[in-house]
Amino acid sequence: MAIQVLANLLIGLLWVFFQDDWSVLTFFSGYLFGLLVIFILRRFLPTKFYLFNLHAMIKLLFLFIVEIVVSSFVVIGIIIRPKMNIKPGIFSMETTLKGDIEVTLLALLITLTPGSVVVEISQDNKIFYIHTMDIPDLSNSVLQSKDRFENAIKKVTR
Amino acid sequence: MNAMTMIELGIAIIILIGTIVGFLSAIGFLRLPDVYNRAHALSKSATLGVLCVLVGTFLVFLFVEGYFSIKLFLGIFFVFLTSPVSSHVICRAAYRSHVSLAEISVRDDLKEAIIENNKETEDM
Repeated sequence: MAIQVLANLLIGLLWVFFQDDWSVLTFFSGYLFGLLVIFILRRFLPTKFYLFNLHAMIKLLFLFIVEIVVSSFVVIGIIIRPKMNIKPGIFSMETTLKGDIEVTLLALLITLTPGSVVVEISQDNKIFYIHTMDIPDLSNSVLQSKDRFENAIKKVTR
Repeated sequence: MNAMTMIELGIAIIILIGTIVGFLSAIGFLRLPDVYNRAHALSKSATLGVLCVLVGTFLVFLFVEGYFSIKLFLGIFFVFLTSPVSSHVICRAAYRSHVSLAEISVRDDLKEAIIENNKETEDM
């Protein structure tokens, strides 16, 4: 999929060279032209045409934005509490996702959920070690939202 | 009150929210006990603050100046993309260089995993 996006960007850039007009609009029309080329050639490509996943991608992006806003307010709520009685710690979580892109996206999403940062991922990409600010509450919320994230990521990459 | 004033007022409120969030995350940076907890305050609240300020500036350019600023758009995109990565890398580097967790920490699964991993590599 990454190769298709890269090829599309290259076609857009070539279009700018051919037109000899360095503006965003020219690049955009070249990009659209590249989309057409890749769409015609989709039978010969090893993976699916990447725009077929656009809907899932937009949903994932929306999920990212919602998570960052919610998590910011949870963290601020903890910060401005007059007596800060938090129980931080590191817990482990297993994942069923495979491949570098899927694991990276899940790590990004978990880092954006309330009070959790991925500290380390095991050698075989199976176990995440996550630091949270408050073990009893927040580790449960991470484990609950894990399935939601995994499904959203699978829809984009598979 | 005409439409332009309303738009400017809305943008001012967005930028004000961004500033307040940034201020609160700075307070959190001072109050929290260790490097791992401070990474939480920086990775989320500070990101939201910077995002609000950038979105506000973007809207000023779009509505008041009538100009779609690609640079600000790229800035928003990259802040959004890089801030979780940087907080992850800082935490990982801290753990790898044996920065201990705060006294009040209750659990550490990673310690055992690293000890086991070292044993396995020694056996091989």
